[in-house]
Amino acid sequence: MTDTVLVDAANTRKWGRYLYISSVVLLCAWVLVPIYFLMVNTLSSPETVNSFPKTLVPEFDLGSLTFFAGFAGMLTALKNSVLVAGMTMVMSILIGAPAVYALSRFEFRGKSTFRLLILLTRAFPLPLLALPLAVMFIRTGLDDTAFGLALVHTTLAVPFAVLITFSLFSGIPIELEEAAWTLGCTRLTAFTMVVLPLIMPGITASAIFAFVISWNEVFAAAVLTIENRTLTAFLLQNLDTSPLHLKFAGGFILVVPALIFIFAVRKYLFAMWGIANR
Amino acid sequence: MNARYLPYILILPVTLFLCVFFLYPFVLVAQQAFTTGSGFTFDNFREITSHWKFPISLTNTLLLAAAVVPVQLALALLMATMVSRMGKGRDLVLYIWTIPLGISDLAAELIWLAIFEQSGFLNTMMSGLGVIDKPVNFLSYEHPGVVFLAIALAEIWRATAIMLVILVAGIGLIPKEYYEAADVFGASKWKQFTRITLPMLRPSLQTALVLRVILAFEIFAVVAALGGTLFPVLMGETYTYQFDLLNSGAAAAMVLVILAISIGFTLIILRILRVPKGASI
Amino acid sequence: MTLFTKVIGAATGAALTCTAFAAQADVLFGSTQANPVEEQQEMREQVLSGFGSPVDYQSNDGGAWLTRLNAELQAGSGSIGALGALHGDFSAMNPDDLVDLTDLGLSSNSEKFNTLAKLGTDQMQYVPWMQASYIMAANKQALQYLPVGADIDALTYDQLIQWTANVQEATGEPKFGFPASPKGLKHRFFQGYLYPSYTNGVVRTFASDEAVVAWEKFRELWSHTNPGSTNFSFMQEQLLSGDAWIVFDHTSRLAQAFNDRPDDFVAFPAPAGPTGRGFMPVLAGIAIPRTAPDMDAAKALVTYLLKPETQIATLRATNFFPVIDVALPDDLPPSVKAAGAAVAKMSASADANPGLLPAGLGDKGGDFSRVYVDTFERIILAGQDIRTVLDDQKVVLDGIMKETGARCWAPDAPSEGACPVE
Repeated sequence: MTDTVLVDAANTRKWGRYLYISSVVLLCAWVLVPIYFLMVNTLSSPETVNSFPKTLVPEFDLGSLTFFAGFAGMLTALKNSVLVAGMTMVMSILIGAPAVYALSRFEFRGKSTFRLLILLTRAFPLPLLALPLAVMFIRTGLDDTAFGLALVHTTLAVPFAVLITFSLFSGIPIELEEAAWTLGCTRLTAFTMVVLPLIMPGITASAIFAFVISWNEVFAAAVLTIENRTLTAFLLQNLDTSPLHLKFAGGFILVVPALIFIFAVRKYLFAMWGIANR
Repeated sequence: MNARYLPYILILPVTLFLCVFFLYPFVLVAQQAFTTGSGFTFDNFREITSHWKFPISLTNTLLLAAAVVPVQLALALLMATMVSRMGKGRDLVLYIWTIPLGISDLAAELIWLAIFEQSGFLNTMMSGLGVIDKPVNFLSYEHPGVVFLAIALAEIWRATAIMLVILVAGIGLIPKEYYEAADVFGASKWKQFTRITLPMLRPSLQTALVLRVILAFEIFAVVAALGGTLFPVLMGETYTYQFDLLNSGAAAAMVLVILAISIGFTLIILRILRVPKGASI
Repeated sequence: MTLFTKVIGAATGAALTCTAFAAQADVLFGSTQANPVEEQQEMREQVLSGFGSPVDYQSNDGGAWLTRLNAELQAGSGSIGALGALHGDFSAMNPDDLVDLTDLGLSSNSEKFNTLAKLGTDQMQYVPWMQASYIMAANKQALQYLPVGADIDALTYDQLIQWTANVQEATGEPKFGFPASPKGLKHRFFQGYLYPSYTNGVVRTFASDEAVVAWEKFRELWSHTNPGSTNFSFMQEQLLSGDAWIVFDHTSRLAQAFNDRPDDFVAFPAPAGPTGRGFMPVLAGIAIPRTAPDMDAAKALVTYLLKPETQIATLRATNFFPVIDVALPDDLPPSVKAAGAAVAKMSASADANPGLLPAGLGDKGGDFSRVYVDTFERIILAGQDIRTVLDDQKVVLDGIMKETGARCWAPDAPSEGACPVE
C-alpha cells in the first residue's frame, strides 16, 4: 500500500520532471527553429533560397555573405553602430538611474506627471519626430555625429531603463538602506554597496534594451547620419528592396552582433541574493 | 543636502534631456495635428476618422493586442519561473529564450514570411510529412483567420523576451526564505506561485505589461510583411499619411490617437496592478 | 612676352585646377532609386567611379530621403548635392526648393519628359535621368496553356483571363501574380493599364460605365490570381519560386528573375482592351536642392549622368533605360534585353495607347494613387458593389482634381481648367 503510494509519487515526480524538461526543450526549439531557418537561407545559394521545397539543411554556400564582405564601408559602419549603441547604453543608465532612485524613494509633487512624461516618450514613433530633430541637429552641428544619434537613441532607451529599474527598486525594502545608514554609510555608499548589487539584473536588462534598441533603429540613423552611417542604416533600409538571398544574409549579419552582446552580459540578469545563491 | 529638493535634483537630468530631445519636437508635431493652414482645427482628426479604413485598422490593432499580450504574459511568466528553478544550464536556456530581443524587425519579418509563404518552410515540412499534397496558401485573403494567427504567432515569438527579461530580474529579488518557509508548510508549487511569486512580482508585472501594451499599439513591420494589404493597423496608416500622402497633419493626428489609446490602457493597467503603499515586501 | 603670358597662363591654369579640385569635396548623391544593395554597389563602382572626383552615393527609402531633404531645406543648409528620384517625388516639392537647371542645356530625347521636368514652371526643375515601364512576364511552362490563336505579343485582356484560367485548370492553382502588397506598385496598373485600355482615360472616365466593365474584368482576372498576391511586392520573387507563372510588374522589379534564369522566363507587352493597349512610363530625374553645398560640383555630376556612356552604365546597373539617344551595346544583361524588347513591342503595337505620368498634382500625388488603391481594395478584396464604390471614390477624386487644378493628361482628352471627373 505505502509502496504503491511511494511508487506513484515517485512516478508523478518523474513524469513531472519529464514534462518540465520537455517543455524547456520545446520552448527552446520554438525560439531557435525560426533563427535556424534564417541561417539556412543565409548559407544557401540564390537558387535554393527561391526553390520549393526548401532544404532544411544549410548547404554552406557563402556567396551571399561574401557579397557583403566586399561591400565598401561595412567595417566603418560596424564601428559606428557599436559606438552609438555603447554611448546610448551608458547615457541612458547614467541619466536614468538618479531619476529611478528619486521615483522609488521619495514622494514629491509632480511625480505622476513625470512618470507620464516618461511613458509618453515610449509611445511615440520616432519617424515622425525625425524631421524637427534633424533641423535642430543641422543647426547646432550635431548632425552626422555618432554622439548626436546616440542622444536620439537615448530618448528611446531611457524610458525602458527608468521603468525597469524602477519596478525592481520598489521591490527592495527601504529598511535595508536604513540599516546601512545606521552602520555609517551615506546615502551614496548605501546605494552603491547595498542597493546597486541588487538591481544589477535590472540595469543589465536596461543595458540590453538600450543596446538592442540603438542597434536596430533605422529611421533616425538614416536621416541623421550621412558619412557616419550605422550598420543598420547602411544595410537595413535598402534590404527590403533587394533580392531574397541578400535580404536573408543582410538580416543575419545584423542579428549576430546583437546576439554576441546579449551573450556577453547574460549572467548579470540574475540577482545576487535571490536565486543566484541557491 | 536638503531632502525636499533632492528628488527634483535627481530627476533634473532626465527631464531636461527629454524636454530637449522629445518634448520640443513632440510639441511641434502635435501642433501640426491641430492646424491645416488656417488656425486651430479638428479637421485632421475628422479626416482620419472618416476614412473607411480607420475603423478596420483600429479594430485590428486592438484585437491583435488583446490576442497577443495575454499569451505573452502567460508564456513569459512560465518561462521566468522555469528558468529561476533551474540548476544546470540556466544561463544557456535563459540566453536562448532572450535571443529574439536582438532580432531586428526586418529580420523577424523575413523569417516569418519565409515560414508562412506559399513556398515556405511550413509548407515544406508539411508536405515532407505527407500532411498536404500541394503547398497551401496560408497568407491569403480567403483565410483571414489564418493570417491573423500567423501575425499573432510571429509577434509572440518576437516580443515575449522583453517581458521575460523584466520578470526574470523581478523574480530574482524575491527572498528565497519565503519559498523555504512555504516548503516547510508543505505548500504546493502552484500555491507558492500564486501566493508568493505573483504578489511579490507585481511591480515587475506592471512594468512588463505597460511596456508591452504600448509597444503592441505601435506594431507595424511584421504585420505589414505577413498581413500585406489584408491587415491594416494604425501605425501602418500613420506612415502612409506621413510618407505616401505627405500629409503630416493627418499623420500627427493619427499618432495622437494612438498615444491616447496607449495612455488609456497604461492607466488601466497601473490601476489594476496597483502596488499598495508599504506593502512591497 | 609670349613666354611670360604662357607661364602666367600655366600658373593660373594650375591654380584653377587646384582650387577646383579642393572645392570639389565628395558630392553627396541622395537617391530613392537603385535601392537594392547590389544596384547601389553597381552605381558606386560602375557608374559613378568615372566621374573623376568621388561621389558619395546614398540610396534611401523614400520616407527617410524626404525627411532628410526637408530638414536640410528647413535648416537652410545641407549636405546633399544632387537628388535622384521619381517624377512624382519632385512634383510634390516646392519648385523654389530646386535649382533651375535650364542653363545646363541638358534634355531628354522625349519632349513629353522635358515638359514634365519643368513641373508646370518655365524652368528645368529637374533633368530627366532614366526611364522604365511596367510589363508582363511569364514562366515558359505557362506558354503551352495560351488560348488557341492568341499571340503572346498582342494579347487582349480577355485572352489573358482565358490563359490564367487555363493555367489554373491545368495546375489546380491560380498562377497569375499581381503586386498588391502595400509596397507593390498596383496603383500604376489601374492608372496606366486597366483604365486606359477600357475607358481611354484615367480621370474623366473614372466612374464611367466602361470603368464598371474594366473592374468586372479585373475581378475575373483576380479569380485566377494567386490569393497570396496581397503580400507580393517584387514579382521576381514569385516568378523564381514558381508561386506565380504570369505576372505584371515594374521592369526593374522583374530583373532578377531574368538574370538568374534567363532561359526560363519570357517578357511580353501588357494586354489590350477595347480602347487599345494602355501603358505608362516610369520617369526618374536628377535635381539639385537649393541647399546644395557645392553647386558647381553638383551640376557637373548632373551633366556627367546624362553622358551616353554613363547612361549605358546606369542601364546595366539599374535596369532603367537611357533618356537620350544612344546606341545600345549587344552585351547587355538578360533582364535588360528581355524588358527592352517587350517595351519596344508595346510602344510599336498598332493599338498602343500610351499614357502620361500625372502632372500638376503637386503633393496630392499620393492621395491620387490612394483613390485607385482604395477602389481596388473595396471592390476586389472587400467584394463591394462596383457602381457604389466608383460613385463614392469619384467624389474624392473630384476633390483632389479641383483642389490642385491639375489639367487632364493623356490618354484623357485635354481640359481647360481642372480635369473633370465625368
